[in-house]
Amino acid sequence: MKNHAELSETFNKDEQRVNWHDETLWWVRQKRDKASHLIPDWELLRETASQIKHNVLSNLGNYLEQFEQNAIKNGITVHWAADAKEHNEIVHGLLKKHGITQMVKSKSMLTEECHLNHYLEEQGINVVDSDLGELIVQLAKEPPSHIVLPCIHKKKEEIGDIFHEHLGSAKGEANPQILTETARIHLRNTFLSRRAALTGVNFAVAETGEFVVCTNEGNADMGAHLSDIHIASMGIEKLIPQRKHLSVFLRLLTRSATGQPITTYSSHFKKPRPGQEMHIVLVDNGRSVQLGREDFRNSLKCIRCGACMNTCPVYRRSGGHSYHTAVAGPIGSILAPNLDMKQYSDLPFASTLCGSCSNVCPVKIDIHTQLYKWRQVIVKAGYSDKKKTLAMHGMAKTLASPTAYRLAGKAGRWVIKHTPFAVSNPLNPWYKQREMPEAPKESFGEWYKKNRG
Amino acid sequence: MQLTLFAKQRGSPSDSEGGVSKIARRQVINKTNMTSRDRILADVRRNQPPLVAAPDITAWENKAHSAEVLLQTFATVAGNVGGKVVLVDNVDDIKSHLNIPEGGRVLTTLPELLDVADDAALFAGNAPHDLANVDLAILRAEFGVAENSALWLTEKLMGTRVLPFICQHLAFVVNAKDIVPDMHAAYVRTAGTDHGFAAFIAGPSKTADIEQSLVLGAHGPRSLVIFVVLG
Amino acid sequence: MLQICKMKVGLFIPCYVDQFYPKAAIATLELLEKLGVEVDYPAQQTCCGQPMANSGYEHLTGGCNELFVDNFAGYDYVVSPSGSCALHIKEHLHSHDKEEAATGIRNKIYELTEFLTDVLKVEKLDARFPHRVGLHQSCHGQRGLKLAQMTELTAEPYSKPGSLLNMVDGVELVTLNRADECCGFGGTFCVAEEAVSAKMGKDRVADHEKNGAEYITAADLSCLMHMEGILKRQKSNVKVIHIAEILNGVKETVA
Repeated sequence: MKNHAELSETFNKDEQRVNWHDETLWWVRQKRDKASHLIPDWELLRETASQIKHNVLSNLGNYLEQFEQNAIKNGITVHWAADAKEHNEIVHGLLKKHGITQMVKSKSMLTEECHLNHYLEEQGINVVDSDLGELIVQLAKEPPSHIVLPCIHKKKEEIGDIFHEHLGSAKGEANPQILTETARIHLRNTFLSRRAALTGVNFAVAETGEFVVCTNEGNADMGAHLSDIHIASMGIEKLIPQRKHLSVFLRLLTRSATGQPITTYSSHFKKPRPGQEMHIVLVDNGRSVQLGREDFRNSLKCIRCGACMNTCPVYRRSGGHSYHTAVAGPIGSILAPNLDMKQYSDLPFASTLCGSCSNVCPVKIDIHTQLYKWRQVIVKAGYSDKKKTLAMHGMAKTLASPTAYRLAGKAGRWVIKHTPFAVSNPLNPWYKQREMPEAPKESFGEWYKKNRG
Repeated sequence: MQLTLFAKQRGSPSDSEGGVSKIARRQVINKTNMTSRDRILADVRRNQPPLVAAPDITAWENKAHSAEVLLQTFATVAGNVGGKVVLVDNVDDIKSHLNIPEGGRVLTTLPELLDVADDAALFAGNAPHDLANVDLAILRAEFGVAENSALWLTEKLMGTRVLPFICQHLAFVVNAKDIVPDMHAAYVRTAGTDHGFAAFIAGPSKTADIEQSLVLGAHGPRSLVIFVVLG
Repeated sequence: MLQICKMKVGLFIPCYVDQFYPKAAIATLELLEKLGVEVDYPAQQTCCGQPMANSGYEHLTGGCNELFVDNFAGYDYVVSPSGSCALHIKEHLHSHDKEEAATGIRNKIYELTEFLTDVLKVEKLDARFPHRVGLHQSCHGQRGLKLAQMTELTAEPYSKPGSLLNMVDGVELVTLNRADECCGFGGTFCVAEEAVSAKMGKDRVADHEKNGAEYITAADLSCLMHMEGILKRQKSNVKVIHIAEILNGVKETVA
């Protein structure tokens, strides 16, 4: 399995494409800036959202029970899944019970996390992703590369080829307008013929037992309102205490995500329509463990806006797939090690710790601080390179001793020997695209001794 | 899902902290037989941090705004998100702005418009799929939100839940006096009301999934007109 | 300007500045002395420990930390021409037996430009640098020490290094397309993630070049070293220079 560095090296083989990817996402970041700067109290709004989420995490047990009670009262069936496997089995069980073999799905990063599509396909269930971006990556047999913009890594010409192959659009057609229309016609038939629809959940309200799904396309609603059975999958951290708190989150979510003032549709599902079944699957899958990690629990405040990805200078130049996990980018890099520390031990290191992610986060998750802390945890757990550990022990010893440090030699010698970037040879990664600094005649320490000593 | 009695009885987070009770001990003993529900709740309660209060958001809810600015903002933002605002003196005036193609299927929930459109209520009991060929739906919105041009509709105002999503074109009717400043005011306004389904809708259906180019009419309406009744 | 006599400043010169960029360290020393500060350079100093800590080996920095506390506990202020190293000390310096002294240092360590604006309250400088200058906002100084307003936030703009550069005769600050994007150095990131690191550096340098900078300056030499490596490989005419050298009044011949 390739790590982030290897995958991003591959991504960087085509520099023009990296430029395009970077510019496209930077444009989204700029839209976010424009939208957020229009709200004078933006920083206070972030702080308010953060505090609400802290309250949620500190009282999650009660909110979950309260939500369950109210949802049941509303006529919704509530299921609990301890892990991905149980979630997938619950969904499959519901479909099986109704003899349903085809399902339409709107965007749910949780189902990506659980690899639901793959599981259902193995059980003989046909799943169609209805979000345009998700449909594109599904047809391309790829995972989404971004939680809000699933096919941001694909060029329109490539999408045109995919649609030509799978949906019969004209060969060479790459006009987004025409491609979208092609998908619209294709998916309209899908919506009209599927008895089961699965949606994600953006927010669930403990006070009322309702849940809110936000889309721009209207695909969640098309699926849900035309289906006999609506299944909504949600992570247990998606709860908020009261309905009025939606105001804070709906103001923040889309401005942070795409720079829109709100998504086109913010749908509040409270009761099934007459004759319809509505199910909610509450999924833990490691969240309760993360809740117990004091340094990392507040990653569960995340509302999946993707702003940290759009602003991340590394993400923009490495692409979502380089993170080899369902949720990419900075937030993914602090969530994934909780699920599998070994497999994702590279991700907290896929950052310069520049801190831009923490600044754009609408719920004020200290993402870059958590990246730093995960590094410590991962090294202590033994998931770091042995050679690096040896080098670090040597470095620690020298830097703890001024004598050893000075004995190591005159200007530049120690640094040249011990810092990985300073060796001037073609095998050194530093030297591939950069010259090394020139060592001066004397170090500052030596100069000081002569001139001020 | 089974709701086991002992799990239901467990109340506040402090219960799990000082859990010397019989209930807690039974939970440990029965861990292998516990339902996922019980296990998740037990794990959450064991791991959640000490209770911190939710912030008071009333200050956000009590901001004053002038009505004229609200309408202006509402119209500007609606335009920005791909919608169009038309000011009318009364609901009857809407008819002069409608351009319904020959044989087009138009549904409405407004009694004043029944001479130009069919009553959406007539189809409320039918399968929602019957609405797949609706060209235009004209629906009353309960109120609009200036900061994002979203309109609030409960399912009662939709006729059928799927209608505002499945129609090819959509028109909303809202009173000028029913435009609130922001989402805080919006939720104050909906407090205490009940619905099975409701939505904020801002602009026509859209996507920018292909290279961030904006396309209107992804799955839902290709266009949205909002008639703001001044009277 | 406030003349603070008897103030004793311990000068912390990070290891790579000591060994690769002594000019920046000399400029820092001279500038502080010119401003009437008594500066001392503890000879036993080595490093802040960040190279280990950022690699996940903070648990190995104990010896480095104790040495730092021994070297700097006795000063009124600790000043360093590196935002990144200053931030690391501010956030992570602890001591086994001398925690009080460590806390003291965490509270009195300053990056050079913030020391000039916040403590010395410098309002004018006797320096001339008639060039178009691009200011690179190094991330740890920018988002960690808050040396300048961050573009992500909805808040009043300010810039401590920017305001100081504007006191230098002849400096023309260029406007960048991305005012505070990371240069991609990131410590061991620069080799562990070579492809992305180098690409970030190339893009950052290009922004300065496109907007007509003759010099790229910063309050952090690690970023400048990274960008200099790229500029030299590209045989660019754009040079890097530490902000202390500009503020100290660099001689044309030296530049």
